[in-house]
Amino acid sequence: MNGTPKKSLTTSAFQAAQGVFLWLDDRLHISHLWEHTAGHPIPKSAASWFYVFGSATLLSLIIQIITGSLLAFAYVPSASEAYESLLYLTYEQDLGWFMRAMHYWGSNFMVGIMLLHMTQVYLFGAYKYPREITWITGCVLMLCTLGMAFTGQVLRWDEDAYWGLGIGAAIMGRVPFIGEGLVSLMLGGPIIASETLSRFFSLHVFIIPGTILALVAVHLRMVLTKGINEYPKPGHLVRRETYDKEYAAIIKKEGIPFAPHGIWKDLAAAAIVIGGILFCSAVFGPKGPTGPPYPADIDTLPRPDFFFMWIFAVAALMPEYMETFGLLVVPPVVILILFALPFFNNTGEKSWRRRPIAVLTVILIYLVMGILTYLGYTSPWSPQMDAWSGAPTPASFVKGRPPLELQGLIVMQNVQCRNCHAIDGAGGHRGPDLADVGARMTKDQLVRQVVQGGGNMPAYGKNLSPYEVEAVVSYMASLRPKGQPPARDSTVPGVPPTREAAATQKKHGEG
Amino acid sequence: MSTHNPKDTKEAASERNGNFSRRDFLLKLGIGLNIVAGAMISIPLIGYVMSSFVKILPPQWTLLGALDKFPEGTTRLATFENAYKRPWDGEAAIIPCWVRRVSGEEFQVFAINCTHLGCPVRWFEESKLFMCPCHGGVFYEDGEHAAGPPPRALYTYKYKVENNELFIAAGIMPTLARPDV
Repeated sequence: MNGTPKKSLTTSAFQAAQGVFLWLDDRLHISHLWEHTAGHPIPKSAASWFYVFGSATLLSLIIQIITGSLLAFAYVPSASEAYESLLYLTYEQDLGWFMRAMHYWGSNFMVGIMLLHMTQVYLFGAYKYPREITWITGCVLMLCTLGMAFTGQVLRWDEDAYWGLGIGAAIMGRVPFIGEGLVSLMLGGPIIASETLSRFFSLHVFIIPGTILALVAVHLRMVLTKGINEYPKPGHLVRRETYDKEYAAIIKKEGIPFAPHGIWKDLAAAAIVIGGILFCSAVFGPKGPTGPPYPADIDTLPRPDFFFMWIFAVAALMPEYMETFGLLVVPPVVILILFALPFFNNTGEKSWRRRPIAVLTVILIYLVMGILTYLGYTSPWSPQMDAWSGAPTPASFVKGRPPLELQGLIVMQNVQCRNCHAIDGAGGHRGPDLADVGARMTKDQLVRQVVQGGGNMPAYGKNLSPYEVEAVVSYMASLRPKGQPPARDSTVPGVPPTREAAATQKKHGEG
Repeated sequence: MSTHNPKDTKEAASERNGNFSRRDFLLKLGIGLNIVAGAMISIPLIGYVMSSFVKILPPQWTLLGALDKFPEGTTRLATFENAYKRPWDGEAAIIPCWVRRVSGEEFQVFAINCTHLGCPVRWFEESKLFMCPCHGGVFYEDGEHAAGPPPRALYTYKYKVENNELFIAAGIMPTLARPDV
């Protein structure tokens, strides 16, 4: 008698819950919605590890929305207070540093996974008939995501943000005819100041995220209407006339509902992404803020965030005559090609195994971006601003030298040669390393180079006395690896070195 | 025998004859009214957003400091409070520039922004060069291009000397589109 009411209590609780659910479902049609969205049929072959990047990007977006909303609890989008509020967030607000770190690492993960998603879609031919709109909305989503990355770096409102805006304004200023207006429109006024921050805040928090959500809706709707791309079989060509029927046959024959039968790999990927963001946030923490955004504090080395480092490198490496073209014309053309891809490459082979040009394109793009990013971080083209006062001169380049050469070394140090020229690796890398310059250039050539400059070196003629030039050149002429003769003027007929001359050279060369 | 709804006959028949029905007219009126309303609402929206695009501000005479702050033959960093300043601009409105006093009342006042992509150039007294930390632009002491990617000499401000004080015409961030501020 005791057991019966207890059992019926559980049963009735269960029945009550079921009743509530059924009532809600009757009013809201949840199970119907679920069946027709998450439960949409996918080809069995599409339940693959290669197909998890889309949902993983969406997950990163959700994490960004949550952490970003929480950061806005404390952040103040005012030019005079943003930096202070960032310091408060990082050092005083409980777990503020962690929220900043998650938002920062979330953005890195989002950009990275989005690129993987795009690469996979490209290599698997998923942009082809009939999924052109999915590809195009995806391209716009990529642009929006990069827009979020740039505007987000501005909201950090530190010195990198300030000078990053300066670079943006300088690029806008290169646009013909309307450049002046564009700079003013971008900055919201004549200088980088309060209205600049406010409009980037609005872009980052309202305008771009709103656009992203709307586009994600279209992007996902397309997955439902046109179906997920089947895992391409090499040699199986897409034809506009037959594809829809073939796809319907695949779904009929081996279709499975995405949820619950095809979703477990996406779930595993989701856990990996969350774990990765948590791990990076906890171990590496948030980025910056670097120094305060005081333009008057010019002792700064402005560098962009990871995603834009390659653009920074391109800006340094392009020849001057093609710079405006490269900054203003090439990006829109590249974007146009991306948008047009599904139209000039609409049918045919989907599998990457039979699309060598597609594979090579991907490898080339990753290689170029990777190398440019690496170069951006090392930036060998930048003078090392403190090398003249800070870089050491190895002892072997000082020891046992006559006073004139030592004086030359002092002059070299004082007039900032080392900012661009390293000696044995220490110093700037804008110009060549001077450790072996005596073996490459004659004294006359060295004098000419120092006095007149050229080959991307300023002329020092006005700033050095003849005595200083003599000292610097004597020192440089002595810099050559052991056993190497000094450089010889090719216009002077060569004389085979005598034994004594060779001996002197050997003695000289010990430096 | 036709089985159509007797209520519908009149309008349907009139539409078949190429006449506007009442329903059709009201639909077109509704669309037309919304086109007018849409145009009206977009005027202030576009005007608000594009005001900064259209409004090109003139430079303002700004005090840099007393002349004796700038000894002859030197190049020194000076700062000024930007003429166009909002109360909540904070330190962002304190703009630096390089002042070169050639001799007497002859000056050159250079903008801090490199002409390549706007990074702050730094002055090196010993080599008499300005160097940029971003992409390696270098300029001579008179602002002329010496090396690196910049397409032109440093931007200069117009200046004037009044009552032993140096003023510059400033207020706008110089770019290639507007180099003469």
